Amino acid sequence: MSTLLLLVITGLGLGALYFLVASGLSLIYGLMGVLNFAHGSFLTISAFLGWEVGRRVSDGTWAGLALSALVGMLVGAVVAAATEYLLIRRLYERHIEQALVTVGLALASVALFEGIWGTDPIYTQKPEWLGETTEILGAKIPNDRFLLIACALLVLGGIVLFLQRTRYGLIIRAGVENRSMVTALGIDVRRSFTIVFAIGGAAAGLGGVLASVYYGYVSAHLGSVLLIFAFIVTVIGGLGSLTGAAIASVLVAVLQQFANYYLGGTGDLVVVIALAAVLLVRPRGLMGKAA
Amino acid sequence: MSEPILVVDRLSGRIAGQQVVEDVSFEVPASGVTALLGRNGVGKTSTIKSILGLIERTGEVRLAGTRVDRLPTHRIVQRGVGYVPEDREVFGALTVGENLRLAERDDRPRRELVDRLFPDLVERRAQRAGTLSGGQQQMVSLARALVNENRLLLVDEPTKGLAPRIVDEVAAALAEAARTVPILLVEQNLHVIRALAERVVVLSGGRVVFTGAASDLLDDEDRIQRYLGVHDAAEGQNASEGESR
Repeated sequence: MSTLLLLVITGLGLGALYFLVASGLSLIYGLMGVLNFAHGSFLTISAFLGWEVGRRVSDGTWAGLALSALVGMLVGAVVAAATEYLLIRRLYERHIEQALVTVGLALASVALFEGIWGTDPIYTQKPEWLGETTEILGAKIPNDRFLLIACALLVLGGIVLFLQRTRYGLIIRAGVENRSMVTALGIDVRRSFTIVFAIGGAAAGLGGVLASVYYGYVSAHLGSVLLIFAFIVTVIGGLGSLTGAAIASVLVAVLQQFANYYLGGTGDLVVVIALAAVLLVRPRGLMGKAA
Repeated sequence: MSEPILVVDRLSGRIAGQQVVEDVSFEVPASGVTALLGRNGVGKTSTIKSILGLIERTGEVRLAGTRVDRLPTHRIVQRGVGYVPEDREVFGALTVGENLRLAERDDRPRRELVDRLFPDLVERRAQRAGTLSGGQQQMVSLARALVNENRLLLVDEPTKGLAPRIVDEVAAALAEAARTVPILLVEQNLHVIRALAERVVVLSGGRVVFTGAASDLLDDEDRIQRYLGVHDAAEGQNASEGESR
């Protein structure tokens, strides 16, 4: 029982990280049709800069971590918005070129990060409580899982509120469904492209800082590793569906944890098989719209 | 006579490299309903989309004397063009109220007019548009255009696939709208065209082949047969290769 609970909660924590990356990917694809391969770079630069600022102010404390998270979100939002404004917008409706640019940016940024921070992981400090465990029904749950889950829920709630309660949210929801009709109502849908990139970048930025808490280090490849699973989550959840991304994040991460524990570390393989199964049986994903 | 609200001059449109509108020229007067007619597939919808810049186009489009053909779609619409697309294109995941709020272009939406024209929508404000019937979706689509003060309405096949009772409601709403705003109407239903249109522009093979008073076309059985491919023996007959509802 305690093992099951540990696997589920650890899976939820990892799923929270996947969701923070996948939410932006899914919204960006849903609205603009852009598969943003540079999304992992937003996460990595945010993790590095968040860590740099946090450790200088107060390393290993809650204040330092909160500052890291704020810096990470800000950096993620700014870098993502700049990427959209300077690169993606010029390639509007040219999907192959958009993919090439984002892949190129992802590769170049990893090289840049290695040049600045080196190729080895840099181990990070975290508040003492996050390194401890809490016993629930006999399972010793690492406390950082609770932080990850709480943050992902806050981000999910924040994005849902934004989408439901604001005019830009309304435009984004309509644009995901039928972008050209939104422009035919007299709305400049491109403005919401930048906002969606900024929101996605901020979520990924927070994900970067939290990933450094979860894994205990930052590295130039942090974003690349998480991006692969975030893409899997986005496809399984249904491209463009925030709810789908949230559900698939949990399913994929929990499945991964169980397979790693019970099937001899085959979590990654099982996740890829799940992706293949979804593509074969339900190509639009769990919550995606029909083609 | 006042200046036309819309002047289309040698307009051509392409979709995926395929020419769908070819050197089309016509004018829409500053009042009344002008029907854009022709058999199926002659490029009526593509002409409307070319005017709005929704497809790749060349040629000139003047709205109230100002060229708009170099503007993006949203800027053309912001200049006072209401658009009711073929097949409604309501946002199915949004509620009726959200569809209407999204369409409001300024802080003076004509909600009372919309509520009066489409009372059925008032009680369905919170209902998802995707769950409405075809007729109700058409009302949402029309309401989205009429909620704003427009200088021109582009209305594409508003009665397509609707039950006769709904066709009458839609025609009544358009007749009321036409009292204050000129309309360029793509329509297949000759009964509706007779009731609403004062002028007609007929397309064939992507080109304009007839322009003039609606009566000049509709009172001439030979012209109806030649341009629209139908006999007007029965009211309500479609102006499209003789198909009937």
